[in-house]
Amino acid sequence: MTTTYVLRGPRPLGGEPADVVLADGVITQIAAPGTADVPDGSDVVEVAADGYVLLPGLVDLHTHLREPGREDAETVASGTRAAAAGGFTAVHAMANTSPVADTAGVVEQVWRLGQEAGWVDVHPVGAVTVGLGGERLAELGAMADSAAHVRVFSDDGKCVHDPILMRRALEYVKAFDGVVAQHAQEPRLTEGAQMNEGVVSAEIGLAGWPAVAEEAIIARDVLLAEHVGSRLHVCHLSTAGSVEIVRWAKGRGIDVTAEVTPHHLILTDELARTYDPTFKVNPPLRTAADVEAVREGLADGTIDIVATDHAPHTREDKDCEWGAAAFGMTGLETALSVVQSTMVDTGRLTWSDVARVLSANPARIGRIDGTQGRPVAVGEPANLTLVDPAATRTVDGRAQATASGNTPFAGRELPGRVVATFLRGRATVLDGAPVQAPTGSTAVGGGVR
Amino acid sequence: MKHLLSTADLAKDEAIELLDTAAQMAATQSREIKKLPTLRGRTVVNLFFEDSTRTRISFETAAKRLSADVINFSAKGSSVSKGESLKDTALTLHAMGADAVVVRHWASGAPYQLAHAGWLDAAVLNAGDGTHMHPTQALLDAYTIRRHLGGHGGGLRRGGDDGVGADLVGVKVAIVGDVLHSRVARANVWLLRTLGAEVTLVAPPTLLPIGVEAWPCRTSYDLDATLADWQPDAVMMLRVQRERMSGGAGAFFPSPLEYTRYFGLDARRLAVLPAHSIVMHPGPMNRGLEISAEAADSDRAVIVEQVANGVAVRMAALYLLLSGSTTPATEGTAL
Repeated sequence: MTTTYVLRGPRPLGGEPADVVLADGVITQIAAPGTADVPDGSDVVEVAADGYVLLPGLVDLHTHLREPGREDAETVASGTRAAAAGGFTAVHAMANTSPVADTAGVVEQVWRLGQEAGWVDVHPVGAVTVGLGGERLAELGAMADSAAHVRVFSDDGKCVHDPILMRRALEYVKAFDGVVAQHAQEPRLTEGAQMNEGVVSAEIGLAGWPAVAEEAIIARDVLLAEHVGSRLHVCHLSTAGSVEIVRWAKGRGIDVTAEVTPHHLILTDELARTYDPTFKVNPPLRTAADVEAVREGLADGTIDIVATDHAPHTREDKDCEWGAAAFGMTGLETALSVVQSTMVDTGRLTWSDVARVLSANPARIGRIDGTQGRPVAVGEPANLTLVDPAATRTVDGRAQATASGNTPFAGRELPGRVVATFLRGRATVLDGAPVQAPTGSTAVGGGVR
Repeated sequence: MKHLLSTADLAKDEAIELLDTAAQMAATQSREIKKLPTLRGRTVVNLFFEDSTRTRISFETAAKRLSADVINFSAKGSSVSKGESLKDTALTLHAMGADAVVVRHWASGAPYQLAHAGWLDAAVLNAGDGTHMHPTQALLDAYTIRRHLGGHGGGLRRGGDDGVGADLVGVKVAIVGDVLHSRVARANVWLLRTLGAEVTLVAPPTLLPIGVEAWPCRTSYDLDATLADWQPDAVMMLRVQRERMSGGAGAFFPSPLEYTRYFGLDARRLAVLPAHSIVMHPGPMNRGLEISAEAADSDRAVIVEQVANGVAVRMAALYLLLSGSTTPATEGTAL
């Protein structure tokens, strides 16, 4: 017997208030406030949600869970707990683990760990090339056919820079409706690169990562995707030029989708002046003009999704010289707040748009849109996020659910708070706190023990 | 002044105070007994994460002439791949009671981190960090320029006051060579600007950073035109590292010969300069590459004097950081 939840008065997608009832893993009623028909039985929980916004559960297309290999930075359990705390009900786990997720065995391991943890659906991303080496294709078909049903392939962290290898990958994944998610970084143009190349890097003496190193790869890849008739996903684009190229490609009818991270929506390379490696990330933080361009691109639909690129690192990998520090910052527990701050509170996106860029679109790109990223409607899976947009909070890295403290927002006040997250009708977060799952209770297709 | 990390955050009066204090220090160095008791009982750690015998010896000499206890700590290598982290090193020095830490590091920003991370409370003196800053080099360069040219609106100084109290208004300085990788160039651009000098950076486009247009100086790709038309009062040649020429497709210029042809200072180019102009080089020089023997050994060259001035400038920096006073006790008895 599962708990029935009666959400009193939230605004689905920011619209008119309604009562929403979740039972047996699905949405069973949406009724005018105060009129929901509460079923009999003791296992009914009412949630006062007046003024809250109800969204479909968020879907992250770009998460580093670090397991297997770097369990000191994050585990599937800790990372997915952080995901639930951030309002997510599904994440795509990037392949740059140790060993690399380049075989059916490793992706099935990650998939199984996700099921055991039970916080969100974990969809492993498969590596494009063996060992992320960029030299030969990994067994993409085997990963697609595995229990993990991999549909997103990426060498993220590394770029599939060899043009013929990229062409082959784009073509090959068509057989199983896969997508190559490219980390666009021309390697020769970024050797030793530490931060965005521009006025700030020139002054503070850190080696530059030029915008053209990203843009040149995206330009090449959209043309390759057009030529072979495949679909392409551009990871974490970060420059005004990249937005223009994707806009041009979409205008031309090329099947390309693009993502931006929360941090590229709000932070700039000026932060490198602190030499605090918390702000060291790949692609690097860019200029204010780039931030404006990616906001514009997200608002006009050029950029399809926001993805976190949640990249936990141990303290020793960040508590050191900038040049020696690891690239990356955490993001699962701050993503929705950053999107609210930069896009909703500024009037550039509605909550319905937020549902599109943080749930429906990533689910569609990852081909998990049968169960995730669904409308908030009767009969749909009860994968939902309840947000209090009026709340504010000051981010504290040590108080987060992620095992790593490398949030760039520490000490910053952000709007919005995830009050509850429901995965197939079960609360993974309630009253803003994660709720430990009974082991295995939320296995895909399940929900009942 | 708690730390000396960058010339970009030095105010003009602070910079002039440093130069004037250096002049006082220099005056003591012509005495038979050069040692001053000023920093007796204070501990200065030379923390070098990168080899630099010249800079370390200069700092060591400066600290010892002020009677400080000097500890040399060589910590080569990356903090992550080898050995102790920057943080643990800093905590160790703190525990040992270091009063000042002179740090040379391959990573841009490492001195800034040491000064701001809360790992130690010693004064941090940047002795060169990555491709970022080398404040004492710029100060000794400014000191050297001022001795020869300062305070007279350009042109040769006359009289023997060493320019004390003066700024560098009206002085034109050309800095030539690998600006991209040069902490010396960065440190000089900001300090010279603060002191009122005009700076032109001369380099092939590959060796000027993207973003240089925001710097407070002019740039040129043409050394001959800069020398002939702009008539700099001082020409500072930067060392070109051999590794910049290798790397095949990634090399920054086609060949050493071509570099010398366009950017090397030789007797012919020296002849184009105003008679009062001086030739500078932070060392070590690549004779025959960025500077010819005739130029390096000419009576215009003040390269050896720069080294001597380096000791006085570093004495001044250590003194001002550690004593907090502006009047050095240069009359004290030598120990």
